[in-house]
Amino acid sequence: MRRLTIDLWVGVFVTAGLIGLLVLALKVGNASSVSVSDGYVITADFDNIGGLKARAPVKSAGVVVGRVERIGFNNQNFRATVTMRIGNQFEFPKDSAVSILTAGLLGEQYVGIDGGGDVELLGDGDKVRLTQSAIVLEKVIGQFLYSKAAEAGSGN
Amino acid sequence: MDNALIRGLRLVGRLTVDGIWQIGATTRFMGMVLLRSGMTFRRFRLLMDEIYFAGALSLIIIIVSGLFVGLVLGLQGYETLKRYGSAEAVGTLVALSLVRELGPVVSALLFASRAGSAMTAEIGIMKSTEQLSAMEMMAVDPFSRVISPMFWGGFLSMPLLAAIFSATGIFGGYLITVVVIGVDAGAFWSQMQASVDLREDILNGVIKSIVFGAAVTAIALFEGYDAPPTAEGVSHAVTNTVVTSALAVLALDFVLTAFMFTGV
Repeated sequence: MRRLTIDLWVGVFVTAGLIGLLVLALKVGNASSVSVSDGYVITADFDNIGGLKARAPVKSAGVVVGRVERIGFNNQNFRATVTMRIGNQFEFPKDSAVSILTAGLLGEQYVGIDGGGDVELLGDGDKVRLTQSAIVLEKVIGQFLYSKAAEAGSGN
Repeated sequence: MDNALIRGLRLVGRLTVDGIWQIGATTRFMGMVLLRSGMTFRRFRLLMDEIYFAGALSLIIIIVSGLFVGLVLGLQGYETLKRYGSAEAVGTLVALSLVRELGPVVSALLFASRAGSAMTAEIGIMKSTEQLSAMEMMAVDPFSRVISPMFWGGFLSMPLLAAIFSATGIFGGYLITVVVIGVDAGAFWSQMQASVDLREDILNGVIKSIVFGAAVTAIALFEGYDAPPTAEGVSHAVTNTVVTSALAVLALDFVLTAFMFTGV
């Protein structure tokens, strides 16, 4: 009788532990979202990547289609090379444009892909030509001040 | 003057020798435990009893404390995040702090005081009443019959306890912020899922709890085996178990965190 109670409680404990792990993996974690391991790799050179980090999402029309895999620096042209892995089920034309965007005012940075009109599709290892860098706030403010000063100058 | 110097040097020497002896004895002890654990897995009953003792009997304290830790985290996080107008991020806060740190650490501390102290007392008393020697007289190896099953029971129970702790904690955070305060449930879960990574956060948390489980059980068993065979000796050993394993868990947590969550 005691034997059976022990078995029952051990069973309850182990099941509860496994359910806990499963809840953590499925409900709390993002195991069900796009998996990063399979898919094709594309690269893009940016003048400035701002605060982009590896594992940042790659989105098209707001849908997560992949992840940033690696960020490197190109010694030849002094630009940042961003390597992205895109899920196999997502296809983009060769002349698509990638840009670095910010989610909300203070949110994290992500890569956005805008589809082009080419008939040929991007494949594994391809390089995207059309890129738009991250917006650097200081530069924007600087430009704003310049244009204001120019306006004031022409007014006088 | 001269005497004091010599006494001081002697103290340093003794502490060094004691320390080295302690390290050697622990390593040898753990080696014996691991080498003679064959019987634990052949006679499954022994392991079941220990999992019942270390794991199933700790369920209540783990669930209740996990729930309350989650409730407090939810309340505090909400109060702070509200000021910045991002109360929905409270799900992220609760989940990340539980899965990465509080789950493994707090459940290891509870495990040390609930199960570790009992293991030390059991082995210490078996030793002081010469039950271990009696077993050897009957050609029963106390390592494979008593100590190894205890180690494996604790080792297997700890990650499960930590997972239960984190899961009930997150449920507690959900209860207080979504059900009581009224944060949007969809935002709570989706922000949490967007920022908790399966490998980076959850797997590392599980690895932490496995390391803590091994450390706490090993300390508890060694303290019990090493205890002087007197009532006072056993009581000291139990205190030592709780203090040493608490310090070991916190120090190991720092080391593991430094390796796991820094860089890129």
